[in-house]
Amino acid sequence: MLLEVKGMNTFYGNLHAIWDIDIQVEEREVVALIGSNGAGKSTLLKTIAGSIPMERGSMVYDGKSFGPGYGRKASMMVKMGMTLCPEGRHIFPRMTVEENLKMGGYTRKKGELSAGYDRVYSLFDRLKERRSQPAGTLSGGEQQMLAIGRALMSSPRLLMLDEPSLGLSPLLTEKIFELILEIRNQGTTILLVEQNAVSALSVANRGYVLKVGHITGSGTGKELLESQEILDSYLGG
Amino acid sequence: MKIQKVKKGILPVLLIAALYGIPFCVKNQYMLRIGVYVCIYSILACSLNLISGVCGQVSMGHAAFYGIGAYASALVAIHFGINWVVCVIAAAIAAGVIGVLIGIPALKLSGGYLVICTVGFGELVRLILLNWVSLTRGPMGLVNIPRPVLFGVTIKSGSQYMVVALTLFLLIYLILHNILNSKYGRNLKAIREDEIAAETMGIHVHREKVIAFAIAAAMAGAAGSLLAHYMLFISPTIFVGDFSTNILSMVVLGGMGFMPGSVIAATLLTVIPETLRGLDKYRMLIYGFLLIGLMLGKNVSWETTALGRWGAGIWGKIRQRRGLKEGDGKV
Repeated sequence: MLLEVKGMNTFYGNLHAIWDIDIQVEEREVVALIGSNGAGKSTLLKTIAGSIPMERGSMVYDGKSFGPGYGRKASMMVKMGMTLCPEGRHIFPRMTVEENLKMGGYTRKKGELSAGYDRVYSLFDRLKERRSQPAGTLSGGEQQMLAIGRALMSSPRLLMLDEPSLGLSPLLTEKIFELILEIRNQGTTILLVEQNAVSALSVANRGYVLKVGHITGSGTGKELLESQEILDSYLGG
Repeated sequence: MKIQKVKKGILPVLLIAALYGIPFCVKNQYMLRIGVYVCIYSILACSLNLISGVCGQVSMGHAAFYGIGAYASALVAIHFGINWVVCVIAAAIAAGVIGVLIGIPALKLSGGYLVICTVGFGELVRLILLNWVSLTRGPMGLVNIPRPVLFGVTIKSGSQYMVVALTLFLLIYLILHNILNSKYGRNLKAIREDEIAAETMGIHVHREKVIAFAIAAAMAGAAGSLLAHYMLFISPTIFVGDFSTNILSMVVLGGMGFMPGSVIAATLLTVIPETLRGLDKYRMLIYGFLLIGLMLGKNVSWETTALGRWGAGIWGKIRQRRGLKEGDGKV
């Protein structure tokens, strides 16, 4: 097991955002977290990544266990191979594409960078064409690819993607999900947050359904796609 | 390749040689005085540029570190009579340590909150300098600050001091230049561009900000030492909030994150008020208008002006000819 979260609770001040959540992610899996607006999906990812402190609960990642509190930082988790690709791309607009990727490889040694570039450029050939262009001039889809590519530069074992299809056309969304499968096939475990439940569940091995901070359902991607509850709540059935 | 590298290296060397030529050619004491101030203000502007321009954390309390450095250096020199070099280091350390102490809580804030916090810090330091009479002599200021002695020579004349100030400025500029082109410099730029992304890349955002703040503070402290041993008298009125605003306007005018720009702007904003002295009471009025004009004009692209087009045309021809010549040589 790569990641095991037990009884995780997160607060924003007095607001209790995440309630006693348990999740497991196996090596080389794609796990999808789905749910409507404000369900706490992004908060859950940020808590796992260490951007927001966990109030109560525990987490085991790669055999190491972590307790609640402020001690665990995002920078520490990236070094351990857990990288979050945040919602809304967050690329560095005035740096070139290649510089963005270089930043992604911040935790890697200098000699390991070129292998990282090769991997990203082979996945996203568009980025290779535009490598010396300021990232802010890329189209929305290209920026999303850059954000994912940049996260891959740290050669993560667990890649967490927050809404990778946000603001993309259906065609590009399909392309992004194909790439997610390809990244998984290269050996990277993926934890995915999506509002686009159908696409997410169709590529996921397993999924969890979140509702106002609680997990209300879980199962394989196929099971969830067929479940009546999901259909009613999220798929507009 | 090698020749090109040498060619690239020649320009800065010539520039530095020309700068060192100034104190030897210029004999006018008033001009040399302005020269020393340009060096001091350039250090201040460049160091503030590191934290505000490169890293994006706008601070309006830079004069406080300048003041801490000046007082630390002067007090060490007066009470212990140590060599000036040690005083500069002491000034940089004092300002740097206080930079860390204030940076740790303040840099948790961002944007306007950080600006207000640094304004408050600047005022706090000014009030402490003013009221801690037993140490700083309060409004009477520190007097009898010893002149620097370097290699057995007492730095007395304007031209000697200009050489010292220029050397310290070039040293600090070199350090900043190297920081900007290092991995650490790239981290700071990434923090300015997008903090959330920088954090998810594995950068310890808060720590990097505090380090940048401390470096900037230490450099401002060194500038303060330069001032104290030149003026031979310092008082809290020099290190007021107005002056912090002045330094920030140099950084903004020169271009956020662009070091040569800070030097040019520091030079302009030091020389212009001096040249306007003849205008007596209208001086600051005209200076104000000029400042507005400079800020408005700064974003106008050089190539779009008539003079710029003419210059670009000639430059293009020169480059074309050079390219042809280089090509000929290869064949």
